[in-house]
Amino acid sequence: MSSVTDTAPVPATRDSRGRPVRKRRDGANVWLSLLAWVVGVLFVLPVVWMVLTSLHSEENAATNPPSVLAPLTLDGYREFFSGGASPWPPLLNSLTASVLSTLLVLLLAIPAAYALSIKPVRKWSDVLFFFLSTKMLPVVAGLLPLYLFAQSAGLLDNIWLLIVFYTSMNLPIAVWMMRSFLSEVPVEMLEAAAVDGAGLTKTLRSVIAPVVMPGIAATALICFIFSWNELLFARVLTATVAETAPVFLTSFVTSQGLFLAQLCAAAFVVSLPVLIAGFAAQDKLVQGLSLGSVK
Amino acid sequence: MTSVAEKPSVDTAEPPPSGAVRRVSAWARRAPLLPALIFMIIVTQLPFVATLVISFMDWNAYYPDEVGFAGFDNFKRVFTDVNMRDAVWTTILLTAGVVLISLLLGLGIALLLDRKFRGRGAVRTMMIAPFLVVPVAAALIWKHALYNPEYGLFNGALTWLWGLFGADNPPQPDWISNMPLWAVIFALVWQWTPFMMLILLAGLQGRPLDVIEAARIDGANSWQIFRSMTLPHLRQYLELGALLGSIYIVQNFDAVFTITSGGLGTANLPYTIYQIFYQAHDYGRASAAAVIVVLGTIIIATFALRTVSSLFKQEAGR
Repeated sequence: MSSVTDTAPVPATRDSRGRPVRKRRDGANVWLSLLAWVVGVLFVLPVVWMVLTSLHSEENAATNPPSVLAPLTLDGYREFFSGGASPWPPLLNSLTASVLSTLLVLLLAIPAAYALSIKPVRKWSDVLFFFLSTKMLPVVAGLLPLYLFAQSAGLLDNIWLLIVFYTSMNLPIAVWMMRSFLSEVPVEMLEAAAVDGAGLTKTLRSVIAPVVMPGIAATALICFIFSWNELLFARVLTATVAETAPVFLTSFVTSQGLFLAQLCAAAFVVSLPVLIAGFAAQDKLVQGLSLGSVK
Repeated sequence: MTSVAEKPSVDTAEPPPSGAVRRVSAWARRAPLLPALIFMIIVTQLPFVATLVISFMDWNAYYPDEVGFAGFDNFKRVFTDVNMRDAVWTTILLTAGVVLISLLLGLGIALLLDRKFRGRGAVRTMMIAPFLVVPVAAALIWKHALYNPEYGLFNGALTWLWGLFGADNPPQPDWISNMPLWAVIFALVWQWTPFMMLILLAGLQGRPLDVIEAARIDGANSWQIFRSMTLPHLRQYLELGALLGSIYIVQNFDAVFTITSGGLGTANLPYTIYQIFYQAHDYGRASAAAVIVVLGTIIIATFALRTVSSLFKQEAGR
């Protein structure tokens, strides 16, 4: 979208984002700022409530009206980690599936994006849109054949099946993102490197890598988040051995007795990696979610 | 579907050398692309071919001896199935509801955040948080910690509010039973508004502010500027948000599965197909339903691709 801002003349004063500073009319602005704060608090409230409830005892977690100021305790977490079935195998399965599929995605996506931007093949935009079109097909339609294949190949409840599926799920996003990052490499720099007689390896290492490194990190984080969140395929294709954290969460809910604090602790623990990754990649999140079309 | 993409001029970037040399260099260009392309064709296209084949078969895992060719029977059964028609309707309501509400909320919040004020970064961070809770965890929290009629936060807050005014009979609705589809929609709106807000905020920050400043000097008021300058500029971002949101929410499984287990008229297409396959083990019928969903998606996706490609063309035309 830089085409829009590039044409603007440079005003004398600019704020931290490089946009011209406007005169403020303070009267209405105070109310609008207050409104922004109220909306922000309302949206974050369920998350805060989840964390607060996870730190209460089961008796205090399920009261009406809510006991906001009840004493804090780690019992919910203790119960989650050592009460029933251990959450560590599913958490480790999720970690394995997410990290390995993300690495596989990068391994496939970076060369592909290179062939779609820096040294483009013929009809490169057709290829790019083929990748995108696979993202639009409903995953549930591919579920049955993959299940039947896994069943006949003895791959049910095998983490590698999930890794391959998550790779295909995230590859289109990664190709689009990496292509948009690679096209930020200035053509002049590539030409200058060619004139200087730099080979492919040297160009990759000293011209392209410094520009796209942040992009690779952002792509990796977004692929990680999507793999970590996935429920439907993990539920159908895994059982006790390769079970992932979201599947564990769904089977965790029991109808007997008080469990809210423990449930909130579990939900928070499972969400924690995504919250960390997401806040770390906050400013790249839009670009990833819009497949690189919005910067 | 690829016909939407415009062919850019890069094709002719290099002068055509002759014969074998050209073929070798063309393959050298293609080589880095092939692993990803072949992987995608095998993992995403082959299963659809299999789905298509199975959709014409009589195949239920409970009756393994009766596997055979079924012609269009599965499709007939899908089209005459009341549950299936309900699922189509539910999917449309759910997707349209979530996309429209979260788009409007996202627009309002993006406009609020497109101004400088104390703690803007903090509010933006708070706004993003819902999107970063694992979807199934979010659905569980909404079901048990917020909607629960006995100890959920909503009814708890009602009790507290009524208590403030000395009243002791606060309304305690059973949210999920009373309005099951809205319960799912609200939980999803909470998760998707940040997504819309982020895309629209990026759009707002790409506005040419000098033109707006000029309009203001010429005496245009805020509403006129919003109507005739901001909104047209945001149009493509609104479309992008709506279409990407639709792609993801049409496929929603986590919220429906967790909050209502598809009961009370909330079973959407992904959940219904999951049920036909996972519980009824009717592979033929599940595949026929999947084929129909794919055909429907292709129609919608063609529009989606057109929107993305218009954004993409602008970028390519730099």
